[in-house]
Amino acid sequence: MIAALAKHGDWPQAAIFNDPTKVKFVPLIADNRFTALQSGEVDVLSRNTTWTMSRDTTLGVDFAAVHFYDGQGFMVHKSLKVNSALELNDAAVCVQQGTTTELNLADYFRSNHMSLKTVTFATADEAIKAYESGRCDSYTTDSSGLYAERVLLSDPSANIVLPEIISKEPLSPAVRQGDDTWEDLVRWTHHAMVDAEELGVTKANVDEQLKSTNPEIRRLLGVEGQFGASLGLTNDWAYRIIKTIGNYGESFERTVGQGSPLKIARGLNALWTKGGLQYGLPIR
Amino acid sequence: MTDFARSSRWYGRRIGWFALQAGLLVVVGGLAYGAVVNASQNLARANIPTGFGFWNNTAGFDISQTLIDYSPSTSTFGRAFWVGLVNTLLVSGLGIVLATVIGFAIGLARLSRNWLMSRLASSYVELVRNVPLLLQILFWYNAVLKSLPELRGSVVLPGHALLNNRGLFLPRPQFGSDFIAVLAVTVAGIVATLILRQWARQRQIRTGARLPVFWPAVGMIVAVLLAVFAVAGFPLSFNLPEMGRFNVRGGIEILPEFAALLLALAIYTAAFIAEVVRAGVLAVPHGQTEAAQALGLRSSMALRLIIVPQAMRVIVPPLTSQYLNLIKNSSLAVAIGYPDLVQVFDGSVLNITGQAVQVVAITMAVYLVISLVTSLLMNIYGRATGVVER
Repeated sequence: MIAALAKHGDWPQAAIFNDPTKVKFVPLIADNRFTALQSGEVDVLSRNTTWTMSRDTTLGVDFAAVHFYDGQGFMVHKSLKVNSALELNDAAVCVQQGTTTELNLADYFRSNHMSLKTVTFATADEAIKAYESGRCDSYTTDSSGLYAERVLLSDPSANIVLPEIISKEPLSPAVRQGDDTWEDLVRWTHHAMVDAEELGVTKANVDEQLKSTNPEIRRLLGVEGQFGASLGLTNDWAYRIIKTIGNYGESFERTVGQGSPLKIARGLNALWTKGGLQYGLPIR
Repeated sequence: MTDFARSSRWYGRRIGWFALQAGLLVVVGGLAYGAVVNASQNLARANIPTGFGFWNNTAGFDISQTLIDYSPSTSTFGRAFWVGLVNTLLVSGLGIVLATVIGFAIGLARLSRNWLMSRLASSYVELVRNVPLLLQILFWYNAVLKSLPELRGSVVLPGHALLNNRGLFLPRPQFGSDFIAVLAVTVAGIVATLILRQWARQRQIRTGARLPVFWPAVGMIVAVLLAVFAVAGFPLSFNLPEMGRFNVRGGIEILPEFAALLLALAIYTAAFIAEVVRAGVLAVPHGQTEAAQALGLRSSMALRLIIVPQAMRVIVPPLTSQYLNLIKNSSLAVAIGYPDLVQVFDGSVLNITGQAVQVVAITMAVYLVISLVTSLLMNIYGRATGVVER
């Protein structure tokens, strides 16, 4: 999931360098991600990081835009015959440390008056391995992560994801506080991709769309206006993103959706015009 | 060359040394000051709060092993720190005891004249000390985890203990109100035994006659204890572990993470301690053994009264560094999810609060204090048991 979302998020590089390969990916675990961003080891944290108030106000980071609406769920061994997270009283749950997941888990069990045995691991890999070996009854993380981990298990069909979603996990790329131009660039890259989907601009038809008469498309692709220049880029910035990566929907389906092994449904991440929450801010 | 010339050159060299040391001190102090100023400026620029205000905020996350009261909803980050510290001290303390026992046994076995025993002991040392500790921890954890049965197939051990891949569950003793009397009688019995032993020894020195100590001691401690126990109506019951739907309820829970870490630390460090012990014993000249035999001491007495006390003088300093290694190595707990200080404080607390500088500094200071206290205690022990030079 980390790799998948990182790929999903390789847009700013396309915008700046005109080449998505001109970027250095630094793999981070939950434990050291904020420190790496704070200290300047990385410039954008495009991981499955939840945008919360305390992180926004006390960690010295800023969040650019919600590129994936997620929520925390539970996976259990099918042999336990559990159908709801509310039946998990007394269960041992494996969880990755230093995440909002760890906090939501304790909150959920407490508010439902259930007792809990948490087994905390530094990385998701260790947590899932312990779950698979039977150390825990359940593994919990964001539901996108659950589907991603499930296909990697030796017998995916012996595990089910419970229906309850116990938290709001708006995942967003994070940048260091104080570099506002960079933050703008990361934010508008996301919105340009969503706008492209709303306007029907795709990787395949982007060259034809350059001739479009629709003023919104003309502004998006840099035919009209100086929007790229105001970000410190060339005016065809969004054209280059769409040409190399595609619009939001294409990127979603390719990396985590139907075109990927994860098969995550659009759900909350559908466009607002189709009952979802993804809403591209206007470029004008 | 005159005396004066020699002394002035000597002074010159001394002043040179002094200047060098002072210069070094200034450089080190300047670097430290620069680091502090740089860190605080960078934190201020990034709007990250400094100070220790986070200490009293609610933690909100759960910890799998808590020897002191802790609840995610009400306990603070500070409390989580203490929980982690106690867990570190528990695994280090037990690890030191176990490693010492195994290490001494293996070290002495390696010196044994029995071929099989000494070969086995040296194979143990060579095998264990040459495999990285992290791998050994992962081996024990995965071996312990994978080979144990699942909850429903729990092994029931004698005395209602349960063993499965969630851990070992022992009956938890619950003491009745009269148990204090039993405790008092036991303490009284032990004190009486010590007095008897002292008196018997003085009598042996005075008259040469030996008094039996062992059987009276058994009578004073065990028999009296059982009698009082029966009179008080057995004020001791056990809270037995029971199978719940998902987990075992009640009893004392020993986590597999704890067991794996303890085993790996003890077995690994024991290999080094065995070599320290062997070196210590070999350092005692063979003439000492011959002298003991000439005095008519049995070999067990010669070992206890002549060899070991002299060997200890050589053993204690390197033994101390093995203890310090074990304490620091216990932080490898992060690899298998045992909630030690580093896992809880540098993992969860650091990530939730984002206070990297403070959290890491506190953790380093704690390890420094634990290590300094350990070497202080070992130095006191070494001085108390060391051979007094006359």
